[in-house]
Formats: sequence, structure tokens, C-alpha cells
Amino acid sequence: MAAIILISVGVLFNIFGCLGLIRLPDVYNRLQAATKCVTLGCCSILLGVLVHFGIGGAGFRALVAIPILFFTATVAAHALVRGAYHFGAKLDKRSVKDDYREEVK
Amino acid sequence: MTGLLNILLYIQIALCAPCLYRIIRGPTIPDRMVGIDIFGILVVGICGIIAVQTERAFILDIGIAWVILSFIGTLTLAKYLGGKKLNE
Amino acid sequence: MRYLGIFILSMIFWLLVTFRFTLPNIAAGVVASAITAAIFGRYYFHNVGKFLQPRRWFWFTVYLVSFIWACIKANFDVAYRVLHPAMPIKPGIVKVKTTLKSDFARTLLANSITMTPGTITVDIIGDEMYIHWIFIRSEDPALYTRMITGRFEEYIKKFAE
Repeated sequence: MAAIILISVGVLFNIFGCLGLIRLPDVYNRLQAATKCVTLGCCSILLGVLVHFGIGGAGFRALVAIPILFFTATVAAHALVRGAYHFGAKLDKRSVKDDYREEVK
Repeated sequence: MTGLLNILLYIQIALCAPCLYRIIRGPTIPDRMVGIDIFGILVVGICGIIAVQTERAFILDIGIAWVILSFIGTLTLAKYLGGKKLNE
Repeated sequence: MRYLGIFILSMIFWLLVTFRFTLPNIAAGVVASAITAAIFGRYYFHNVGKFLQPRRWFWFTVYLVSFIWACIKANFDVAYRVLHPAMPIKPGIVKVKTTLKSDFARTLLANSITMTPGTITVDIIGDEMYIHWIFIRSEDPALYTRMITGRFEEYIKKFAE
């Protein structure tokens, strides 16, 4: 039962993340919302898998997948946001501050 | 219990639609790549739910391999986008 | 010494993923870990002895607990901003100074900042980190440095430096 609850929470977080992917205005905000919510949602699903299978071969596989998911998702987000800035993606017009601009030039 | 798991699986698969929307309609190229990146992470969740549903553990191996390959692909594309070579 | 450290780590990883303790499986793991250690050993930590100090493991546990708490808070923060009809965002890129020196500690700090509420690391140049913030709450550099890096910097300094 605990496994089902964890998986439901994970799917709920994923829904928030994908909603952010549609609604937010520019690439930086989208990446931020989606990376956070979807990564933690999938980690929650994998925790549910761990609870379901118990300690054993399958459970340890889920446990190993969680840190891999965290590191790859965050590093990919850094690379993407940096690439997007160098590519020339504009910040949204509601933005108030941009300290990075003079550093790039 | 299995019914609820089925519904969760369908919701998780349906969540790929926003990513596809972002890939198809994204105004700039970085937007499309954000869609691809998030799509890669969502597939791991799908693998996890299917593994619980069918009681087969090897599907989790597919998830681990998928997340690493998706990471390498995103990193390569992001470096290309930033106009840098891969070893910088 | 470094090569031994990465060999042991990849061996543990192999055994956790396959989880079969037969002789052919362990032999394949040894061969694969040896190849990994031979290729990537020189990029590993310089001082493996740090792994054996209990004090560092204690601070690592403290860091992990506060990190998970920040993650959960970040998700509710994103949910609030996405579900609110008017979308209360005020984004911008701010500059933050860090006192951490080693590459590993900096990577860890950047990852922690990405997972805490409302912030994502864009770049690290020299001692300065550039951070995209979804809702800028203050214009004072000293104040927002403390808001963003928060407790993570001291914890990471205690176990990773």
C-alpha cells in the first residue's frame, strides 16, 4: 500500500512539472520547474518500486537508479541552461536583473 | 490495486504529451531540447511503474541505461548549442 | 591509491545492479571495474583517505537530510507558482560569491542550488556563480547570497573540502 502512495505522489509531482513546462514563459523558467518536479517525481516512483520489491536484487536496482537520476538530471540542466544563454535565448520581459550579460561579452 | 496502478501508468504516459507539445511548438531550439530532456526523465518513471505492475525486475535495468544515454545525448546537444567543443 | 578507490566504488555499483554472487558474474565485474579504473582513475579524488573519517560521514548525513527537505519544499514552491492563475514570477540572473575551492565541492554546491526552491545554476567563472532565480526577493548582494547558498555551503565545507 505504501508503494502505491509513493507512486501516486510521484505522478502528482510529474503533473506539476509538465504543467510548468506548458505554462511558464521562457526557457529558463520552464527548465527550472520541469527539472525539479520531474526529477523528484521519478525518484518518488523509484522509492515506491523499492518499497514494493523489498530488500533484494530489484530493490537495490531502484536504489542505485535514484542517485544516478539526481546527478544526471541536475548536470544536464546546468549544461542546457548555459547552452541556451550562449545560443542567445532571451530572458522573459518580466525579468528584472541580468548579471551574466557583461561576463559573456 | 492493479486498477489504480493502471490509471497511474496511463497518466504517466499521457504526461509525455506536454513534452511533445514543447518539442513540436517550442519557439526556439533550446525549448525543444528542454522537451527532449524532460521526456528522457519521464521514461524512467514509466519503466518503474511497469516493473511494479508486471513484477519483473529487469525493466529497471532498461530505466538505468535509458537515463544514462539520455544524459549523454542532452550533454552533447547542449555543448553543441553553446558553441563549444566537447572537451572544454 | 586513487585507482583502488574507483575500483572499489565501481565494483560495489556492479554488485548492486546485478546482485548475483556467482563466480562468472564477479569475474566479469572485476574485469569491467579494472577497465573503468584504468581509464578514469586519474580524474578521481587526490586524497582517498578522506573517505575514512567518521566526522565527514556525520556531516554528509546532516547535509543529505537538509537537502531532501529542501527538495520537497522546492516542489511545493513550483506547484504554487504553476497553479496560481497570475503566475507570481520575477526572474533574473544574480551573481553569488562562493568560498569553496575544490571542484567536487563546487559541483555539489551547484547541484544543491539547482534542487533548492526557485534557483538554478547557470555558470561558474572563477569564484563567482551565476544563478537564475525565479522570484528575486532582495536586491542586496549579502542578503541574497545567504538566502541562496544558505546552510549548504557550510555543510559541504565540513565534509568535502
